Amino acid sequence: MSGHLAPESQPTHPRGHAVSWKVYLAVFAALCVLTGVTVLVTGFDLGPLNLVVALGVAVTKASLVVLYFMHARYSPRLTGVVIAASIVFFAILVFLTLTDYLSRPWPLAAAG
Amino acid sequence: MPELAKSAAAGEHAHPGSARASEALQHHFVDLGQQREAAALGMWVFIAQEVLFFGGLFAAYTVYRSQYPEAFSAGSHHLSWKIGFANTLVLIGSSLTMAMAVYSAAIGKKNRVVGFILATILLGSVFLGVKYFEYAGKIAPCLGDGPHAGCLVPGEHFDASALHLEGAEGGHAQIFFSLYFGMTGLHALHMIIGVPILLTIAFMASRGRFSPEYHTPVEMVGLYWHFVDIIWIFLFPLLYLIGAH
Repeated sequence: MSGHLAPESQPTHPRGHAVSWKVYLAVFAALCVLTGVTVLVTGFDLGPLNLVVALGVAVTKASLVVLYFMHARYSPRLTGVVIAASIVFFAILVFLTLTDYLSRPWPLAAAG
Repeated sequence: MPELAKSAAAGEHAHPGSARASEALQHHFVDLGQQREAAALGMWVFIAQEVLFFGGLFAAYTVYRSQYPEAFSAGSHHLSWKIGFANTLVLIGSSLTMAMAVYSAAIGKKNRVVGFILATILLGSVFLGVKYFEYAGKIAPCLGDGPHAGCLVPGEHFDASALHLEGAEGGHAQIFFSLYFGMTGLHALHMIIGVPILLTIAFMASRGRFSPEYHTPVEMVGLYWHFVDIIWIFLFPLLYLIGAH
């Protein structure tokens, strides 16, 4: 919180970043550990689960960066709307592309 | 936008020691809080656009990996996961120093802002340097008249035997390396663009342009740098860690 502002003038969102540097160190440590985890998991053949774990760890790491390093957790709701919109549109991009490609004979040249 | 309205009301209470801050206030904003939120919103919209910019490559990757899993696995196994792992830690470290730069700006520690931004640039340069040697190892065999053994640049000199692949699978591996160069290249380009921006911000910080009330440029370049970090967080497992090692 911006400590120099009187309580009655306190904005509804923290502007001076109340987050202590210890939080950043903790996030950094978590990111390093998760990077180690994603490498260790490739040592085991889990079949399709390898990809699921790799993406799960990556999404967790990205969320930590967005929420803490990028302050999304302490930002106005509108920021959250923009973040959600970017994820939704990326999902549309990949999902609709796949509905097309995965429902066609492959390779495309052979079909034509 | 209730937040904007409320921070506008909060702006009535001006506080001392912010001559620099009032200089920074553009006339079309009510107060610094509103100005900062407008800047942050614009930056986030830019990042949303960047997600879709990279999104096309990620979509292409998804399509081709689903069709050619063996070639992608062979290509991935040829990349050094140890180098990718080390570089991931370097880049995460640069995100930490970037976050610390923004934190230092928020509490008004000018010298620390400069120091942390320079550390961020140093770590980013280490990442790019490692990337240079990774690229060089794949590109160098393609040059000259030689037998081109180990050439991994897609094209006529591409050496599929280096990946223990034959026939059509070798062609599919070229698609993997096209995406490898395209995705890591676009990522590296973002970092190369980020470095002079960081240098500019460090210079501005050294000139005392920022204060706890106004350090929006430090925050905005931070958002950009963290976004680039996030792209790599996905590229590392998708390119270096396909299948069991």
